Order: sequence, then C-alpha cells, then structure tokens
Amino acid sequence: MISRAERTANYAILTLFAAFALWPILTILGSALGPPDAGGPGGGLANFAAAWQEGRFGSSMLTSVAVSGFVVLTAGVLSLLTGYAFGTMRVPGSRVLFPLFLLGLMVPTEVIVVPLYFDLRSLGLTNTFWAIALPQVAQSLAFGTFWMRAYFRSRPIALIEAARLDGANSWRILWQVLVPPGRPAIVTMVVLTFMWTWNEFLIPLVMATDESLRTAPLGLTFFQGQHTSGFTLLAAGAVIVATPVVLVYLLLQRHFIRGMLDGAVRE
Amino acid sequence: MADIGPSGTGIMTSGSRPPVAVGVPSVPRPRRGLGPPGWVPLAYLAPGFLVYAAFLLYPLGRAVHLSLFDWDGLTLATFVGFGNYVDVVTDEKLRAAFGHALVLIVFFAGLPTVVGLALAAVLNRAKVRGLAFFRTVVFLPQVVAMVVVGVAWRRLYAPDGSVNDLLRAVGLGGLSRAWLGDTTLALPAVGVAGTWVQTGLVTVLLLAGMSRVPGDLYEAARLDGAGAVREFFAITLPSVRAELAVALTLTVIAALKTFDLIYVTTGGGPGDRTSVPSFEVYNRAFRLGEVGSAAAVGVTLTVLIFVINMAVARIGERGER
Repeated sequence: MISRAERTANYAILTLFAAFALWPILTILGSALGPPDAGGPGGGLANFAAAWQEGRFGSSMLTSVAVSGFVVLTAGVLSLLTGYAFGTMRVPGSRVLFPLFLLGLMVPTEVIVVPLYFDLRSLGLTNTFWAIALPQVAQSLAFGTFWMRAYFRSRPIALIEAARLDGANSWRILWQVLVPPGRPAIVTMVVLTFMWTWNEFLIPLVMATDESLRTAPLGLTFFQGQHTSGFTLLAAGAVIVATPVVLVYLLLQRHFIRGMLDGAVRE
Repeated sequence: MADIGPSGTGIMTSGSRPPVAVGVPSVPRPRRGLGPPGWVPLAYLAPGFLVYAAFLLYPLGRAVHLSLFDWDGLTLATFVGFGNYVDVVTDEKLRAAFGHALVLIVFFAGLPTVVGLALAAVLNRAKVRGLAFFRTVVFLPQVVAMVVVGVAWRRLYAPDGSVNDLLRAVGLGGLSRAWLGDTTLALPAVGVAGTWVQTGLVTVLLLAGMSRVPGDLYEAARLDGAGAVREFFAITLPSVRAELAVALTLTVIAALKTFDLIYVTTGGGPGDRTSVPSFEVYNRAFRLGEVGSAAAVGVTLTVLIFVINMAVARIGERGER
C-alpha cells in the first residue's frame, strides 16, 4: 500500500515538474500580455496586434501556412503511395529501396542543406517556395513511407484479396478499401508532418533571402534582431508563432504522442 | 575539379525541378521483374522516390563529394581528399564544437533519462489524479518550435530574467549573472533548456513502457516485502529497456542536431564557447565560405548519428531476447 506521506511526496514531485515545464511557457505568455515595451497605454491582447504589425507576421504566417500545407499534402499523398507499395506488394529491389527510405530518418538537415543550397543556387532556384518546400517533402517522405507501410502491413491480406476478387484494381483498393479505415494512422502522419514543417528553421533560414519567403520561425528571429527594446512584443510574436502547432497538439494530443513514440520504435 | 555544379554528376531530368539523380548513390535499379508483378509497385513508388532521391539522397551524396574539396562557394574548388576530415579531428575549433556536443548530450539525454525514469516510476506506482493533465504539460515543450524555446530561455536567463529573480528570492542573489554571456556557464545554461525540452518526451515514453508491466508482478514483490526502491530496480527498470533505448536514441540525436536553440540563444558565443557541430556546418558554409569543411562536419555528424542509432538498436534487441 502507498502511505499517505509517499502520496504527498508524489504530488509534490509532480507539481514541481509541472511547474518546471510550464515556467518558460507562462513567462512568455505573461510577458506577451504585459505592459507595452514603450510604456504608455495598450498592453494585454493589444500586444498581439502590435507584434503582428511590427514583426510582419501576416506575411510570414501566410508563408508558413502555404509551405506546411504543400508539404503535408504532397508528402502525405506520396507516402500513401510508397507505403502502399512497400506494405502490400512485392517491390523489386525492396531490400535496398526500403532501407534507403529509412536512412532519411537519420540524415540530419545540416548535411543536406549545404549541397542543396549551392546546387539550387547554380540553377537559380534558391529563394523560391520550392527550395523551402521540396527538401521538406523529401524528409517527410522518410517518416511517411515508414509509417504508412506499417499501417498497410497491419491490414489483413484477406481484405485485399477479397477486393481483388471483386475486380477492384490496385488503385481502387488503395483509396476505397485501405485508406478510409486508415484515418487514425493518416491523421498521425499529417499532424507530425505539419509540426515538423511549421517548426523547421534551418532550411528557410538558408533558402529564403526575400522577406516575403520568410516562414514564421524565421520571421521571429528577424524580429528578435530588430526589436531589442523590451520583451513584450517579442514574447507576443513568439506566442503567435507557437500557437498553431500548440493548438493542434491540444486537440489531437494522442496522435502526437503516439506518432512520436511509435515512430521511434523502429523494427 | 572545375565543375562543382550539379550538371557534372547525376542524370538531369527535364522541367523546373532540380537535378534528379537516378541511381545515385548506390541505388541499384531492379533488373528483373519489370513484368506485371514488377511495374505496378514501381509505379506507386516512383513519384515519392524521385522527390526523395532528388532532395535527400542526391544532396547526401553531394555532401560527401563536396567534403573532399576546399571550396569557398564561389571560385574553383581544390581537391583535398580527406583533408577536411583530418581537420575535424585536429582543428581546435571543430574539436571544441564536438566537445560541446558531448556536454549537450549530458543535458539532452542524461539528465532527462534520470529524471524521466524517476518521474515515470512515481507516476506509474502512485496512480495519482491529474495524470492526463501532467502528461499534456510535460510533453508540451516537444511541440513548441525550438526558435520559440530559444526566445523564452533567452528571456529567463537575462540579467533581469526570472532565473536571477528566483536566485535572489531564495537568497542566492550572489550567483545571479548574465547566464548566456558567461564563458563557463553559457553551455550548461543552453543544456538546461534542452533538458526542459526532452524530459517530457522521455517521461511519457517510459510511462507507456511501465504501464505494460503486469500489475501482479508488483503485487508479488510487495508480498515479498520489497520497497519502492527495490521494486524499481528489480521490476520496473528491466522491463523498460526497449523504451530506454529509444529514449536515448532520440535525445542523443536531438543533442547532436541542436542548431535552432544555439542560433537563437547564444549564436555560438560567447567566443566559441557554445558552438556545436550543427552550428559549425552553418557557420562554415554560409558565413565563412568554407563549404568543403562544412560538408565534412555534416557528413561526420551523419555518420555519428547513424552509428549511435545502430548501437542503441543492438542494445535494445539484446534486451528483448
């Protein structure tokens, strides 16, 4: 049995760590709602409007939405196709091809961004939407292929066989038989890809020289560089940048935790 | 070699896409089975593989290629063989950067593992209320953009930030300082931000593992008179070996890949006291014009991550048998 003293100690430990986890977050939130940097009237929620204006988050948030939307959709569809092939068909050379996709889970952005920059530059493609989005599609494909393959493999073969006997071709089997019940797995892939893309920093930092191509995290660092008098607006900007992913996390928490934990447990 | 551009290697495809290297590196095209069983799966694979090959595999190969040259990004490149890799071992700055990464591993992986084990064990044993809330809260740092984490911790560490406020409140005001400007303490300070990010991940991961341990094991131990500590070492710890392996892999790799946090909090400073390999890659390639060296550091980092993954996977496997 657990004694009363132990129980009290347990709650104390939990409270301490919850406080540690919340401390930086509450600091940021508190500052963001505090008095304005220059003093005078305003403060509170008005800080967000002011930060939005001054940090030009309208533009950078829009870029982030466009990049994330494109990466999530493209990588999602392509991963469904690759995962379907690896998970349900006999792919020639799959013993080499599939590990090649897994390799991408381990390749750090740092190593690919250097040659990508110089190669894309000689093609005149740096500082474009594609230079920011396509490398991230490739990175997301590593996880997506791994993740969707695992889902497709978990489907009973009899299901696929039955559909085939009914005369459905592989395309119809994918979209009408296998994808609809796979919604949980697909949602997990989508929210993780969204989080990774939204939070990505190095690729846009290297690729985007135009202000109009800055993503939200990049916009925040520029804001940090320019806005050195006081912390209120910078904190408000930080909250703006973090909010979309945090909201999705609060709504679909299970998917984040499951994906990040199961995704890590490789075969 | 004069041509360091992409046209010299790989096969170009038409259109606006960057070079697509078919079959680079070491991707043998399937020779057999282009008949009915073969081409259907390949057709499903092709679009994804082309994007993946062009924007991940090809750049990876190119990084290895670039790492063998001395190149400033503009003029002609000079072949230097493994010279850039020799630098990784001999260059003081690079050695320091890898040393800093080791320190970060203690903070990103070591501390979170110890703390996470204790926390998860407490949570698993105590059946406390509010567990769902706690899990939501401790996992939250994982989903916040690292740039935002950096902005937050920079504020906490500022001379008038809450770390110093806290020290003053408990009568340790003498210790207060500008943490991120301190030559010895800047690196551990960044490390603590990493501890903050990773502890939740490790805790939630271990908690999931511990909840799978059958309850009668604990009951039997309690009947034998085992206390909380013995229970932990005899039952809990051995049963989460696989989860521990995963937690270590994820956190060690996160430590090695720390870039955003350094960029936002210290910019590698003061001096080079917080420069890490990832930061050196960026710095050398895009600020100092040492592209070959940057590529060599990147490739070294990749190999390190690969080796750690393989090693930990081995340990995890052995644990299952």
